[in-house]
Amino acid sequence: MNRIWDKTIEAGGKWSGTVGRGKLLTFTALRAGANVSLLLYNAADFTERYNMPDTLKAQHTAHLTKGNVLMSDNGRVLAAITEDSLGWHDPLGGYTTREETDAKYGESTYQRERNGWLRSGRENLTVELTRSGLGVRDLVPVVNLFSKIVVDEAGGMHFMSGHCPEGASVTLRIEMDALVVLSNTPHPLDPSTAYPSGPVRIEAFNAPPIGEDDLCVHYRPENRRAYENTWDYYALMR
Amino acid sequence: MAVFNRVESERNVAEAIYDKTIMAGDGWMHELLPGQVLRIVDLEGNQAADTLFYDADNPDDRYSAAKTIAGQRNIYLTAGSVLLAESGAELLRIVADTCGRHDTIGGACSAQSNTVRYAHEKLHMHNCRDTFMLQLAGYEGGRFMKRDLAPNINFFMNVPVTPEGGLEFADGVSAPGCYVELQSIRRTLALISNCPQLNNPCNAYNPTPVRVLIWDC
Ligand SMILES: [Zn+2]
Repeated sequence: MNRIWDKTIEAGGKWSGTVGRGKLLTFTALRAGANVSLLLYNAADFTERYNMPDTLKAQHTAHLTKGNVLMSDNGRVLAAITEDSLGWHDPLGGYTTREETDAKYGESTYQRERNGWLRSGRENLTVELTRSGLGVRDLVPVVNLFSKIVVDEAGGMHFMSGHCPEGASVTLRIEMDALVVLSNTPHPLDPSTAYPSGPVRIEAFNAPPIGEDDLCVHYRPENRRAYENTWDYYALMR
Repeated sequence: MAVFNRVESERNVAEAIYDKTIMAGDGWMHELLPGQVLRIVDLEGNQAADTLFYDADNPDDRYSAAKTIAGQRNIYLTAGSVLLAESGAELLRIVADTCGRHDTIGGACSAQSNTVRYAHEKLHMHNCRDTFMLQLAGYEGGRFMKRDLAPNINFFMNVPVTPEGGLEFADGVSAPGCYVELQSIRRTLALISNCPQLNNPCNAYNPTPVRVLIWDC
């Protein structure tokens, strides 16, 4: 497959951009223990966005992997996970705030550390949302690529250290023209006391057409109906 | 084993300053002052009270499911849980709970998610997100809109996550008269949709009223 675009998000970095439907985005952890917080918005209507409960309950899952789709709050598919070397990405843990980042890793400032200062998820996401005319009002629970949280029978949440080796990768097929918002910042439940963030590479490709036997479309009947809603939406647009 | 943390309240219903019954399918939006206590009563059992909270002094900031559960490192809410906003601000604390566990993951039903979860023919059915939007549209001159909706709390619902990462919809854990009480830490807006869901066996396909009471402290 021909790569059409690529970018490396440095440790603590952020990125947002509009990605057309039919593109593949492959994320690769260039260091073990990566975490990338992801949000998706319909590029033509920012009020439609990734919805954690709709995604999870439709697919009867509390983790995301190959075959799963990321659903919007309008019953449509924003993106699908078409490849995954890890088997588990976390939709529950959220992102870090400045206060949490300072408390956990020690206060850091641009004045002192220059661009080595420690970024927080909330600040990164806020900047990228604000750049597109959105803001903190539009923040919702994120997908944390590369992280695994196990929930025990009493509801306790446990971060699985060592889940993501260097070179781990996951591929999203973008199914609606989308604003993709990313923050390469630590998972809030990562117990590491050293700021656990490394560079993550993103590569874009043109996806092959969705085949009759597409795994994500047929993963569950719910996925099929969400795809039908998505195709219906674009049938009226172009 | 599954843990249910039941804590009774000593508050007297006769001393409440506010008392209202929300019928199934109806919505309710109301301001709580710091220190005030809101009780939500599951009058007939196994009803879902889909609930959101906003920081009334900063309404861009609202209840966050992820912030709340990561903050307490537990996906369920019960007595002692502090509800956090997206910013990390503390909104309310659960001070009593005779149900023992409430869902933070399942979110609200909507016309569109009904088509995904059940069938395309369910699009016409009444749902919580319609109720939320109608309440928001009528509050403070239309300041609120759909972008102000986020994953909500489902009081009286049980949506367990398994250690393998599965999501289940378990039988109701509530019973007639079970209640939850929340004390507001700051000035908050409460938004409730009393769920009209007719596709879910959890309430035996029979949505029923809930009652809300408020006490001054
Ligand atoms: Zn509902």
